[in-house]
Amino acid sequence: MSRYVLGRILLLLPTLFLASILIFAIISLSPGDPAQIRLGTEATPEEIAAERERLGLDKSIPVRYAIWVGDVLQFDLGRSLVNNRPAAQLVAEAFPNTLRLVFFALALSLIIGIPMGIFSAVRQNQPVDLAITGLSSLGLAIPSFWLGIMLILLLSVRYQWLPPSGAGDPDAFFTANLKFLIMPVITIAVSNIAVFSRFIRSAMIDTLGADYVRTARAKGLREGAVLRRHALRNALLPTVTVLGIQFGRLLGGAVVTESVFAYPGVGRLVISSILNRDYPVVQATLMFVVLAFLLTNLLVDISYAYLDPTVKFDGN
Amino acid sequence: MSSQEVQATSAAAERMARVVAPKRFGFIRRLVRHRLGLVGGVVLLLLAVLAVIGPYITPYDPNEPHLLDQLAPPSSTFWFGTDELGRDIFSRTIVATRPAMVSGLLAVIFAATIGATSGLITGFFGGWVDSTIMRVWDTLLAFPTIFLAIGIVAILGPGWINAVIAIAIVNMPVFSRLVRASTLSAKGQDYALAARSIGASNSRLMFRHLLPNTIMPAIVQMAIAAPFAIVVEATLSFLGLGSQPPDASWGNMLSDAQGYLRRSFTYAVFPGLAITLVVMAMNFFADGVQDVLDPRRIRAGRGE
Repeated sequence: MSRYVLGRILLLLPTLFLASILIFAIISLSPGDPAQIRLGTEATPEEIAAERERLGLDKSIPVRYAIWVGDVLQFDLGRSLVNNRPAAQLVAEAFPNTLRLVFFALALSLIIGIPMGIFSAVRQNQPVDLAITGLSSLGLAIPSFWLGIMLILLLSVRYQWLPPSGAGDPDAFFTANLKFLIMPVITIAVSNIAVFSRFIRSAMIDTLGADYVRTARAKGLREGAVLRRHALRNALLPTVTVLGIQFGRLLGGAVVTESVFAYPGVGRLVISSILNRDYPVVQATLMFVVLAFLLTNLLVDISYAYLDPTVKFDGN
Repeated sequence: MSSQEVQATSAAAERMARVVAPKRFGFIRRLVRHRLGLVGGVVLLLLAVLAVIGPYITPYDPNEPHLLDQLAPPSSTFWFGTDELGRDIFSRTIVATRPAMVSGLLAVIFAATIGATSGLITGFFGGWVDSTIMRVWDTLLAFPTIFLAIGIVAILGPGWINAVIAIAIVNMPVFSRLVRASTLSAKGQDYALAARSIGASNSRLMFRHLLPNTIMPAIVQMAIAAPFAIVVEATLSFLGLGSQPPDASWGNMLSDAQGYLRRSFTYAVFPGLAITLVVMAMNFFADGVQDVLDPRRIRAGRGE
């Protein structure tokens, strides 16, 4: 087990290295000169040249890459070109917001999605099942940014129940800011409810047809116990994978929802720093997102291997 | 042999023949029998027709401003109302069908061509070619999709075709992996060894013998990836990175509409409904294609 985990962690290193090159390429190859953007259109060529030198942009791309990697290895992620704050601090401020959003959204998705999936599987091909699968098809098809806009239209503009954007006062206790979370959480949850209910449904239908369920029924176990102890427990196992994958994806990928609600999370930080050509922040945030994504995927694989006795650790 | 026995045997033989020799249009026939797949397919066909003839049948020029009717609610004159410049939202929604459908199609074809070719090459040659190319795809997979697409558009610059290229690139790794996996198992089979033994060249072996036998998963993946590509294109346009104004696209219509939520209650409704309709039809169609091509398929939830 520990050899398997160690091997997987070592395999992360080349991927992270290649990802850092890709991130650097994205930034270096993007059009637009950050020195020009910082100084505005009034600046003279001499001023721009001086600014480029100050930012280290006069050096060649491989040299800049080497300097950046050297700094990152010393935990120095650079400073924002926009407000001169440490990039690491900006990421550290945005991350808890995203984490909170993703946590509540996935919790809601599981609470609603799992019972929906179970119900649907037990009543396979009956009207309830058709209604649930129909709803989840709809949930998967609705683009999240449109759903967000519709929620704002209804709950903020029409009824003025909820604030349309932001995350509230960062210094207040988090319960005071919960109302800012409601619409973004629903927006993310809708598609995930659909994902989980579909997944649980198909996994349950599989386990309900398995020999051990027939055996459990044959020995006279009550239907409720058969469902809970045999069918559901085995169906939940692969759900761990789906949960982990969605979690990793959302940690960085709630971009669109965060943009619609102007929610100060990691996704919005990436977008705004790309639009501002704020290179150190783009680099820091993307590296963080990739690392978080790879680590959750790793955790999923390990937990899966741990939970499922049929998975072996021989490294293949 | 009694007549009953003869009947039973011939019936069994017929059944077997049916299994051994599938009818030529079996695929379409089975898809027609798959009800949701059929519904999805028909809606898609209608949308494809709309994408082609859309610009010729709209009641108004989609870019013509009606300065006296800005942000008008739906009426008999403007069925879906008008936008901030007084342009007819119905006409714009119709016209935007074409770029949406084309972007989905183009991105998927582009992704499948490059992805499948690389999968074939890596699976066939193995060794350092395999590990180098697969490393590149693994790196792309280390990024959440939408970030990667945004990053690529940041390099290429905003615009519709650049968005399509970005979507194609983020989809390539999956195609490559699928085709690589089936190439690995196919290249050891008798027909491949036989072709090799009579002296077939590498490229002939790959493209004449292996490709037709490994392409099926890629075709299914195309059906799955197309609706996803359309959503990503709309998302990029919504973020200002895809289709640029004044071209009508559902994504940038929604982006404009977000600025006028207080003044128009209906502006943002219709472009989103259009996206939902297309994606749902494509998902149904993709489900149908998968069920028909592989009846044993476990119908798992897919959340992209």
